[in-house]
Amino acid sequence: MTASSPVPGTLRTEVARDGETIVFVARERLLETMRWLKETPGQEFDYLVDVTAVEFRDRERPLEVVYFLRSLKRRADIRIKVELDGAGELAVDSVWSLWHGADWLEREVFDMFGITFRGHPDLRRILMWETYAEGYPLRKSFPLRGRFSRAEQVRQALNINPEGNYSLEELSIAEAAGDLPDDMRDRLRRGERGVIPEPPA
Amino acid sequence: MSKRTVELELATPGLDAQGRPARIPLTTAEGAEPGLAEEHMLVNIGPQHPATHGVLRLVVELDGETVVRCIPHLGYLHSGFEKLGEYRHYNQIIPLTDRTDYLSPMSNNVGFALAAEKLMGIEITPRCTVLRVIACEMSRIISHMVWLGTTSIDLGAFTPFLWAFQERERIYDLQEMWTGARLTTSLTRVGGLMADIPDGFVAKLRHFTETFPKTLGEIDKVLTRNAVWAGRTQGVGTLTAAEAINRSLSGPMLRASGVAYDVRKDKPYLGYETYDFDVVVGEHGDVFDRYLVRLEECHQSNRILQQAIDRLPEGPINVDDPRVILPSKTRAMSDMEAMIFHFKQVMEGVKAPVGEAYVGIENPKGELGTYLVSDGTAKPVRWRIRPPSFINLSALPRMAEGHLLSDLIAINASVDIVMGEVDR
Repeated sequence: MTASSPVPGTLRTEVARDGETIVFVARERLLETMRWLKETPGQEFDYLVDVTAVEFRDRERPLEVVYFLRSLKRRADIRIKVELDGAGELAVDSVWSLWHGADWLEREVFDMFGITFRGHPDLRRILMWETYAEGYPLRKSFPLRGRFSRAEQVRQALNINPEGNYSLEELSIAEAAGDLPDDMRDRLRRGERGVIPEPPA
Repeated sequence: MSKRTVELELATPGLDAQGRPARIPLTTAEGAEPGLAEEHMLVNIGPQHPATHGVLRLVVELDGETVVRCIPHLGYLHSGFEKLGEYRHYNQIIPLTDRTDYLSPMSNNVGFALAAEKLMGIEITPRCTVLRVIACEMSRIISHMVWLGTTSIDLGAFTPFLWAFQERERIYDLQEMWTGARLTTSLTRVGGLMADIPDGFVAKLRHFTETFPKTLGEIDKVLTRNAVWAGRTQGVGTLTAAEAINRSLSGPMLRASGVAYDVRKDKPYLGYETYDFDVVVGEHGDVFDRYLVRLEECHQSNRILQQAIDRLPEGPINVDDPRVILPSKTRAMSDMEAMIFHFKQVMEGVKAPVGEAYVGIENPKGELGTYLVSDGTAKPVRWRIRPPSFINLSALPRMAEGHLLSDLIAINASVDIVMGEVDR
């Protein structure tokens, strides 16, 4: 970041312990800010290093979505943060349209924290399976050993439908070919998969 | 109605009445042919498949033999390391880092220790810095050797696999000599190292650096101008520089596309700016260029190793700070103060100040980032690994589009994934 031109949508800035500038951005203006950072001459943050989220042990503190940006041309880094109230709606705009590298990174944040990225083309779970029902593992409210007992996990694994190993998109290819069994098609029609159940309160 | 027949000449043919070898007609299909032209096929590869380099599962939509879409499924090796780290002291996390990218455990250890030290504001000793450089470059060589061996075997060349694994074995011997373990090295500690190098280590490493280029030359001779190798890899899985940047690729994948970004040069750590080495850059961004980049990087790592051995200073490997480094057993047993520090460190761990730090290092697979957030306690609030092979793999569907199924195997191999890190 250059000192002369402040980033639009800035709420406040901080300096991290590694010397990097952290810019807190208003949630509504995230996409506008990111586009400005990517496209403005003199900024040119063309490389998205990482996207992640942080939840603090202090439940009063908001969750943070952290974007690490880099300008390969200027060899400069910047860190952008959006704060989300844990009690409110956990959603931000997706930056996939600017950096396609955000595809899996945002999916992982969604998978692990339950933060929705609006406008993401394919927001599915990535490391956990699609029908995983225990919640979001990296949330502080999620116990280290998971919510379900080992017996319950085994029961669920044994009860899984065969199509549960494929995404809806993939099943649509098989269906077009006409080799999807009838019972599978019925379950699909009833919408029995692809919906992530809410974690128990 | 069509009847397709194939005539097959048998290896031990019978003779017909004219004394000519008999041809046996084989009927393959009777009736209407299925409309294969319009139909797309769904092929599942993995998770237990040797060519996916771990428990990666690819669901591929095929039009004939051409890949229309490739959808990766991950998570079969998900171990929840990041969650586990939130319940551990900083030094207790180091054994977890071994198990992420298990083909280069030592440089993972270094990456984590650097981030923790940045967070705590610790300056490591000169000897420790050089030893960590040696650890990183040794890791780069073994990781690239595994990549070379497995990729060449995927594409049908068996001999380079054996040569590469022999070289890797020599580095493993050195790792075993240094840390007692071949894979689970857990080399670093916050503020230093678990152990200094043993007697004879330098001589053995020097012998390795002198003889290793010969093997590289042999691999180069066998593969680089090999028609089969070039035919299978050139022009396959091409990514332009702009695409590689847009998809956040790093390491050899990014440099093969012609982007000269190397964390060691552009955001130096461990004094890499003082070493004389070149950043290897490709031109075409295909599988062949990725091979060339990795092969040349081995030469460059070898150069760095030689310089590091020559400059290795004497002195302590750990910082002189009793709050961070455990006192020696003898002192802890005889000195009251040392015993208190020992007790506090074992029971409470090393406390980090409130704040956050990100350190990216140039791992063999790409930029390995470690992001630590602390709330002032001895356990991090958040430990995030920026997994280079996870992000590199996310470009696989794009690279595989329109190529043949057999090219998909070559492209997947060229990404150099390690599922322990992809799934964490």
